[in-house]
Amino acid sequence: MSTATALIGGCAMVTVAIKAAGPAALGGRDLPAWFQSVVVLLAPALLAALVVTQTLAHDGHLHVGANAFGVLAGGIVAWRTGSVIGCVVVAAAVTAILRAV
Amino acid sequence: MDRNTRFRAGLREGLAFAVAAGVTGVSFGIVAQEAGLSQWAAIAMSLIVFAGSAQFTAVAIVASGGGAGTAVVAAALINSRFLPMGVALAQSLPGGPLRRGVQGQAVIDASWALANRGDGTFDRWRLFGATAVQYVGWGGGTIAGALGGSALGDPNSLGLDAVYPAFFVALLVHELRDGRARGVAALGALIALALVPFTPAGVPVLVASLAALVGLRRRAVAEAAA
Repeated sequence: MSTATALIGGCAMVTVAIKAAGPAALGGRDLPAWFQSVVVLLAPALLAALVVTQTLAHDGHLHVGANAFGVLAGGIVAWRTGSVIGCVVVAAAVTAILRAV
Repeated sequence: MDRNTRFRAGLREGLAFAVAAGVTGVSFGIVAQEAGLSQWAAIAMSLIVFAGSAQFTAVAIVASGGGAGTAVVAAALINSRFLPMGVALAQSLPGGPLRRGVQGQAVIDASWALANRGDGTFDRWRLFGATAVQYVGWGGGTIAGALGGSALGDPNSLGLDAVYPAFFVALLVHELRDGRARGVAALGALIALALVPFTPAGVPVLVASLAALVGLRRRAVAEAAA
């Protein structure tokens, strides 16, 4: 088996297993109320963690670069206007401008 | 709303993410070949695995001389965030374990967040729609990058690496109108940042999901008061 086949097959199998685990194991029955109150809070926890890691983490180091300022500017736009597209456009534009200067 | 309307709403809402996935897919098509994969292997990987950050991490490990086993473990850690997402989604999927597991394959970050109704339930047709359009974007981008080569410039000079986190910021802002969610978001961000220097990529986001356990404490307080 070539490296590429092992790589693609292995990545596919672990991804399918991870994505299937929760729905296969936990669906189809009523779960207690406390479970629901945790589920509601998973979105803010995961989204916040994704934002800071994608913006500030580079190969195991924390680094504040142009994209951090771009995302911050986009966040202010989203907070003030509620516009998703405005947030993304401002974030990319500020990042690109800071990199160009 | 019937399922067609919700599916189309998912397609529409996922479109902007699909464009971003397309651009990112182009750079994956190029990077994967630089890492030693054939153009067909790069395309096959995107169509079969369909997990952007895990794919980038896996080919980077192979490119730096690591084995396929190491790369697969790293990809699993990156994708481990889909575990809590799937746990949250489980109640909103009909059918037996197998059918629910198959539907769970539609979970990717943006679709999961878009399908979240905010009350602990998820709109599965919106999830499917948003994922379908991003699958086309990611696969199409990879094909363009793998076959078209590096005619395109560096996407980072255009600020495109800010696109995904900016999307998530916009979705997060929507969540933060609620005071308790604000505290959980801050805790999740702190946990992730604290772990970045010490753990492999992917672990910080997985552990940050534990911030949602704050939901337990609040209930205990409410019961004590009642």
